[in-house]
Amino acid sequence: MLRRMLLAAALGTLTAAAAQGQTPVKIGVLTDRSGVYADIAGEGSLVAARMAVEDFKAADKGLKVEVISADHQNKPDVGSAIARQWYDRDGVDMIIDGVTSSVALAINQVTKEKNRTFIDTGAGTADLTGVQCTPNTVHWVYDTVALANGTGGAMVKRGGDTWFFLTADYVFGQTLQRDTTAVVTKNGGKVVGSVKTPFPTADFSSFLLQAQGSGAKVIGLANAGGDTINAIKQAGEFGITEGGQALAGLLVFSSDVHSLGTKVAQGLVLTEPFYWDLTDATRAFSDRFAKQMGGKKPTANHAGVYAGTLHYLKAVEALKAASDGARVVARMKDMPTDDPLFGKGTIRVDGRKIHDMYLFEVKKPAESKGEWDLYKLLATIPGNEVFRPLNEGGCPLVKG
Amino acid sequence: MADTAALAPADAAIAPVISEGRDDRALHRRIMLGIAVFLAVAPFVLYPVFLMKVLCFGLFALAFNLLLGYGGLLSFGHAAYFGMASYLCAYAAKVWGLSPELAILCGTLTAALLGLVFGALAIRRQGIYFSMITLALAQMAFFFSLQAKFTGGEDGIQAVPRGALFGTISLADDRALYGLVALVFMGGLLLIYRIIHSPFGQVLKAIRDNEPRAISLGYRVNQYKLAVFVLSATLAGLAGSTKAIVFQLASLTDVHWAMSGEVVLMTLVGGMGTVFGPIIGALVIVTMETYLAQFGAWVTIIQGVVFVLCVLLFREGIVGLIARITRRPL
Amino acid sequence: MTTIFGVPMQALFGQLLLGLINGSFYAILSLGLAIIFGLLNIINFAHGALYMMGAFVAWMLLNYLGVNYWWALALAPLLVGAFGIVLERVLIARLYKLDHLYGLLLTFGMALIIQGLFRNYYGVSGLPYAIPPELSGGQRLPFMFLPNYRAWVVVASLAVCLATWLVIEKTKLGSYLRAATENPTLVQAFGVNVPLFLTLTYGFGVALAGFAGVLAAPIYSVNPNMGADIIIVVFAVVVIGGMGSILGSVITGFGLGLIEGLTKVFYPEASATVIFVIMVLVLLVKPAGLFGRAA
Repeated sequence: MLRRMLLAAALGTLTAAAAQGQTPVKIGVLTDRSGVYADIAGEGSLVAARMAVEDFKAADKGLKVEVISADHQNKPDVGSAIARQWYDRDGVDMIIDGVTSSVALAINQVTKEKNRTFIDTGAGTADLTGVQCTPNTVHWVYDTVALANGTGGAMVKRGGDTWFFLTADYVFGQTLQRDTTAVVTKNGGKVVGSVKTPFPTADFSSFLLQAQGSGAKVIGLANAGGDTINAIKQAGEFGITEGGQALAGLLVFSSDVHSLGTKVAQGLVLTEPFYWDLTDATRAFSDRFAKQMGGKKPTANHAGVYAGTLHYLKAVEALKAASDGARVVARMKDMPTDDPLFGKGTIRVDGRKIHDMYLFEVKKPAESKGEWDLYKLLATIPGNEVFRPLNEGGCPLVKG
Repeated sequence: MADTAALAPADAAIAPVISEGRDDRALHRRIMLGIAVFLAVAPFVLYPVFLMKVLCFGLFALAFNLLLGYGGLLSFGHAAYFGMASYLCAYAAKVWGLSPELAILCGTLTAALLGLVFGALAIRRQGIYFSMITLALAQMAFFFSLQAKFTGGEDGIQAVPRGALFGTISLADDRALYGLVALVFMGGLLLIYRIIHSPFGQVLKAIRDNEPRAISLGYRVNQYKLAVFVLSATLAGLAGSTKAIVFQLASLTDVHWAMSGEVVLMTLVGGMGTVFGPIIGALVIVTMETYLAQFGAWVTIIQGVVFVLCVLLFREGIVGLIARITRRPL
Repeated sequence: MTTIFGVPMQALFGQLLLGLINGSFYAILSLGLAIIFGLLNIINFAHGALYMMGAFVAWMLLNYLGVNYWWALALAPLLVGAFGIVLERVLIARLYKLDHLYGLLLTFGMALIIQGLFRNYYGVSGLPYAIPPELSGGQRLPFMFLPNYRAWVVVASLAVCLATWLVIEKTKLGSYLRAATENPTLVQAFGVNVPLFLTLTYGFGVALAGFAGVLAAPIYSVNPNMGADIIIVVFAVVVIGGMGSILGSVITGFGLGLIEGLTKVFYPEASATVIFVIMVLVLLVKPAGLFGRAA
């Protein structure tokens, strides 16, 4: 009896020691799970984060990883409250996703205050690596400047040198318009007009009519989500593309195009950093992802969550500690990134993850071989061209 | 409007009809004391930021209930006062660099002014038309917040400094800030209690229950309505300003019509026209939002179910139900 | 070219026509709301959610059963109406004797549940629904390109509004309905089954919402949030028209569509807010709305 108790005690100490030897890491996926971005991010982000932990084989490498998730409802106050509580009470070390710019900026602040790590994949605001940059934040997938450079620059080079903007009347839309205008004029194009549309808008017909009347060769859609979908759908109805004007989606995800269908969206030109059908590695990842998501292919944001988590875990493994956010992020910046989805890349001192972006055109229905066969690749834009130069963002971490 | 009186005669059935006696005042004093003790102990057990959120929304719901439960006026636009106050407070603290108490004062005064203007327009109409005017005016406040430069559009005003109270006591620590919020809340609660039980409050209740009679008794009904409207807006503004300091941001969420709906829900769940109901309502709703956040898309469904069940099963709200069972006004 | 405030006349015509088309949706939706409010005294916040259901039912009929647009136009309103009848019997019927507020809160809760369920099963990006082949393409008018489908929307909604008005004004059933709106107790005393009447009215009102949903499916994104955005505007339309006034809601629906269309030309950012400005002005001048009688 006594021996058995002693044995049990010894065993208990052993397992406790083993647990102590493992570095605990807690990852929080803070995303929109019920609102307009739930398909771009949402449940899929949680799946992607779990897949990254699984593929990293964390347990073998001395990490004990736990993934939790919550819905920020696209409200900055809800997002910041959850982030605060996660850091203060629940021992979360890193928050990932953070779709919606307003929420991302709020999480950015809290993360800096508490010295943890924030990897943003879903938000578009370039301020995260600009004036509001912090030593605790990495911005992965895209930002408004990169989208403007990608689509704006490419369209002008392809002959679309006069532009008319349909701009969602909020900061995100206006920033997108401003950045794209800069690129268009720099490349020798001209902006002939724009109209601010209330957010959200269901009926774009009268704005499209104004765009049609302007005679511009390109109609730039400086909006997102449901607004973009409605605008594209109605542009088809009013014969805008048949009339020779091109639509340029400034923020379009593959899930949006899938929802429109190739019949309506054909010919749309857009920029994305990821598409499921790029390489064998992306296809393999996407198939596994789709199995867990009822057949849905991952968006660029999901890919970012996967790749970001993977790189983060590498840094934590090297440091054997996750709690000091600034140290982990510094380590992430020191190591070059390499993952199956975005390939090789780097993270700049301002927190900007650098990788290539791709200019896509939506296929015609005749060219599309399946429900998710959506894009054809027009051009690859190298990472050092597509993102904002380091010294132009106004990030205090950049010296000189 | 058609005469549907025969189908819906019970327009006045919003508040409970239990009369108050001297014992009840003593009971209320004991409850107040209980709340004060709870507030003093709570931060050592519960998470202070969560508590502060509950207190801010509790005060907001109390302010709203002052108008609905005691003035009989259903406003669908209370987010305007809550939200505009939080914007002004955040702006004052961040851009003008005012200390938190002055910033909160700024926000509260804004709400008072806004309440005066909107109230003067809205009280000229009754019933559902009153509600609709308040909704429309609040939508304009929302539009203004979206368009105005200083609000930062959908990004809101972020990174608002918590600052130091009276320039000396730093609020960076959650416990210190909690102390301030708890004091603001208790002050608001006592003020509202005092208003309800003052002669002014008695006249309000008379107007709520029978407006023509109050007029025939010689009361200037509209002045009373306007006064309670402004009071309610001011206190809602106080809650909004405090929230801006606590969460260090002010955003469109606080001026959106969904926020107006949320405060109605809190008041309904807790118990309309009860003194303490709105606090319980705010506690229940905020807890639900905080702890259901992990269920993702199910949150709105669960909220909807709560709405439906509340309306069908216990219309008098949680505190209203307790009050009926114990036959004591709470 | 003739211009008005710097806007070419021709462009203005185009915008007015589009405003009229958008007004069609407001008209059908507010007609349903007005009928329900007039008789049941319920402010039906679930109207937007049921409009959304109409669009989804059309999509489901097409994708699961292969039922085309034209059949969906008839079937979807029936299905949504039947669903409404169940809601009325199970939930709403318990509230008739209470304050407006409770009906509003109950239907608001129902809207949250319906929208949440659709969001869980179909996501938020929306689903594609093609314009029926008979109506694709468009006419090149002197001042604009008018898609055939938009023209159809105006025709169909005018027809439905007119038919509804005729039924209410010219038939025996309609006269019961008007009487029950005026004085339900008296009508019940004359042997009319008022509760049944209320149920059928609610079913009819939400069937109108379902009809509007099917009309909207080919041009707007079919997504769970499509009703949440429009419901507040439709409320405003009903209030401006005079609550419970059937003709008022239809005329106001089309009229506000026009005003909104003009705003989109001169001050586009405000086009979502202009309706509320008008609502405040109307209520301050005419307390019972444009076509309502003072309470």
